[in-house]
Amino acid sequence: MQRIGVFVCWCGSNIAATVDVEAVANALAMEPGVVISTNYQYMCSQAGQEMIQNAIREHKLTGIVVCSCSPRMHEATFRKTAQQAGLNPYMVEIANIREQCSWVHKDKLTGTEKAIILGRAAIAKVHLNAPLTAGQSPVTKRALVIGGGIAGIQTALDIADAGFEVDIVEKKPTIGGKMSQIDKTFPTLDCAACILTPKMVDVAQNEKIKIYSYSEVEAVKGFVGNFHVTIRKKARYVDETKCTGCGLCTEKCPQKKVPNEFNLGLDTRRAIYIPFAQAIPKVATIDADYCSMLKSGKCGVCSKVCTAGAIDYKQTDQLIEQEYGAIVVATGFNPISMDKFDEFAYSKSPDVVTSLEYERLMNAAGPTGGTLLRPSDKTHPHTIVFVQCVGSRCDSSEKGKSYCSKICCMYTAKHAMLTREKYPDTEVYVFYIDVRTPGKNFDEFYRRAVEDYDVHYVKGMVGKVTPENGKLKVQASDLLGGRQMHIDADMVVLAAAIEPDKSARPLATMLTASMDTNDFFTEAHPKLRPVESPTAGIFLSGACQGPKDIPETVAQAGAAASKVIGLLAKDNLTCNPCVAKSDEMMCNGCSACEKVCPYGAITYMDKEFRGPNRTTLIRRVASVNPAVCQGCGACTVACPSGAMDLQGFSNSQIMAEVDAICK
Amino acid sequence: METKNLTQEVIRISGANPKKCMKCGKCTATCPAFDQMDIHPHQFVDMVINGRLEELLNSRGIYNCLSCFACMERCPRSVEPARLIEAVRMAVVRQKENNHLKPDAIPALLDDELPQQAITSALRKYMK
Repeated sequence: MQRIGVFVCWCGSNIAATVDVEAVANALAMEPGVVISTNYQYMCSQAGQEMIQNAIREHKLTGIVVCSCSPRMHEATFRKTAQQAGLNPYMVEIANIREQCSWVHKDKLTGTEKAIILGRAAIAKVHLNAPLTAGQSPVTKRALVIGGGIAGIQTALDIADAGFEVDIVEKKPTIGGKMSQIDKTFPTLDCAACILTPKMVDVAQNEKIKIYSYSEVEAVKGFVGNFHVTIRKKARYVDETKCTGCGLCTEKCPQKKVPNEFNLGLDTRRAIYIPFAQAIPKVATIDADYCSMLKSGKCGVCSKVCTAGAIDYKQTDQLIEQEYGAIVVATGFNPISMDKFDEFAYSKSPDVVTSLEYERLMNAAGPTGGTLLRPSDKTHPHTIVFVQCVGSRCDSSEKGKSYCSKICCMYTAKHAMLTREKYPDTEVYVFYIDVRTPGKNFDEFYRRAVEDYDVHYVKGMVGKVTPENGKLKVQASDLLGGRQMHIDADMVVLAAAIEPDKSARPLATMLTASMDTNDFFTEAHPKLRPVESPTAGIFLSGACQGPKDIPETVAQAGAAASKVIGLLAKDNLTCNPCVAKSDEMMCNGCSACEKVCPYGAITYMDKEFRGPNRTTLIRRVASVNPAVCQGCGACTVACPSGAMDLQGFSNSQIMAEVDAICK
Repeated sequence: METKNLTQEVIRISGANPKKCMKCGKCTATCPAFDQMDIHPHQFVDMVINGRLEELLNSRGIYNCLSCFACMERCPRSVEPARLIEAVRMAVVRQKENNHLKPDAIPALLDDELPQQAITSALRKYMK
């Protein structure tokens, strides 16, 4: 028989206002096995904890029940309290009489009655509790960062700075991400490349960081501290160790008509290419979709001109296996497709561009060498209309996104301002629904666009754009002016909503990391654990978690790195002992548990058992890896023979709770 | 009917949800009949939300709406202003307790800007 102590918390008036705590303590004192039952204003306070510890020593308690808030809040607190008094921490049960009782009831009688029942159920469970000991698992001191944009770069640099090995996996031929395509950054207007490329060089020169460019994560196995990752290094048909990045091949390649993705298809590149001048690694890549040599075996020009002998048409994809202790997701974002917004004539006129395309048109390394020219006839545009919230804040998910993309107000103000600065003869209109500029020096920046640069900010929306005689007829509303506007524009720039990269969802499946309906990775807690995934050992950095600008991304990247460092600094991790365990005598080897386990924690093995009359027989039985098991309990439900049980939440314990509630 | 009930009734008949409106003005930007309407689509939605039904019932503009549904098609919030305008027209008919529009009365109501489509649809509707 257990000797149980019951401690009823008032939580100030949170519980005591709706539950008669005195009555609960008195009623629970009558339960079998309860040797002491008391109540106190704040059980989680130092005094409350001492009260529990004294009771454990004084009454030689073998188990305790704390009737208080949700176990998510203070279960860990009371477990530590018990442990300090010499009681196994898994002999502590929490009866949640706040979130599940006092907060949801108004009537004190009902609340008190329910609190007693919840306490009784917890007591019934403690009767069947057994002391558990947490195991330990080692930590591989190496981190993987998936994505080589500014988020991934900053995370990798910070982790490496603490002395740990980091690998970056980037699917493109170079690291740099979206920031490398951006011209200037708000609100300071410093050149993006000038602040990004030193960081890219730092990554390349850092001995602790290894870059797997043109590579993708193929498979992830294992668990926190012990991930086993397969990386597919795609064939780039160029030997990275030999290529000097001289670029001669990219000038001589006869295949000139490949859309240049770095400039968003606004110009062309060769079939063998280096994305941009400051690419890291500065190594050429052959685009197999366009290379004549790879497609038909005729050409070989790049191989002939390469003085380093780096071209290798026979290169194949390579699979690399590597162990990691932690994984950081930094897969970033993309602007959404404009296919579903026919009213803006994006597909009809090349002069209707997205903001990222406009960024390239303004960039000195862009298709126009930094001179703003209309894509259609390469003339200077005199009237430019910016449309905000294209695809953001939409009600129907088939057309756009329900969220605010957050960065568009600021980059549109930046584009408008830079355009007026460089070309004062240009009329610039910005159609906005709301101007959202929270952030340090952000609103001042937007006001400068209006007051100092004479950008026409119009509260309203563009209804339709019609290409006509080389102009774009823009029909829009001016809500504050109470009029419809008709503007003959030379260019229209759409602030397209941003969405997570398409690679995020399959990656989330591999990592068993959760996502929201928009495919953004979910954080473990929206306020208190913003850079951790609910899956242990997976961390989030940058726009893969939600729309954010560069300063926020860099801040989050540093935060994710510090969490990774905290993990990698440990030699061992304490495992959760509340894991599944199979009773080998009852297991019939059906594999049902193995199939439902989302963590791959269950394996089957043939084991020798002693039979009657000195015989032995070999049976196939399930075995749980306690380090991998997360204690979700799916297997205990799936097991047809009742062999699988969850320690600390056994079937008999749960039934005892149900019986106590229904008594 | 009381204004509050009438507002509810108009919303019910329309099947639309004006509260979804984020006041972007894309409906008004899109509206091809903008110059003919004294009350513009986005104002219309706002007036329904704020219960300014009297003004809407007495508006001539509600009959100039072409029912082209461009506002519904392009609204990013699925507010469906055209349905609300239609519901107000229905409310006018019902309020007068006279569910008929006599062909003889039409010439007096015509103006040059009124598209034929609107006349045909009005007849179809009010001749029930």
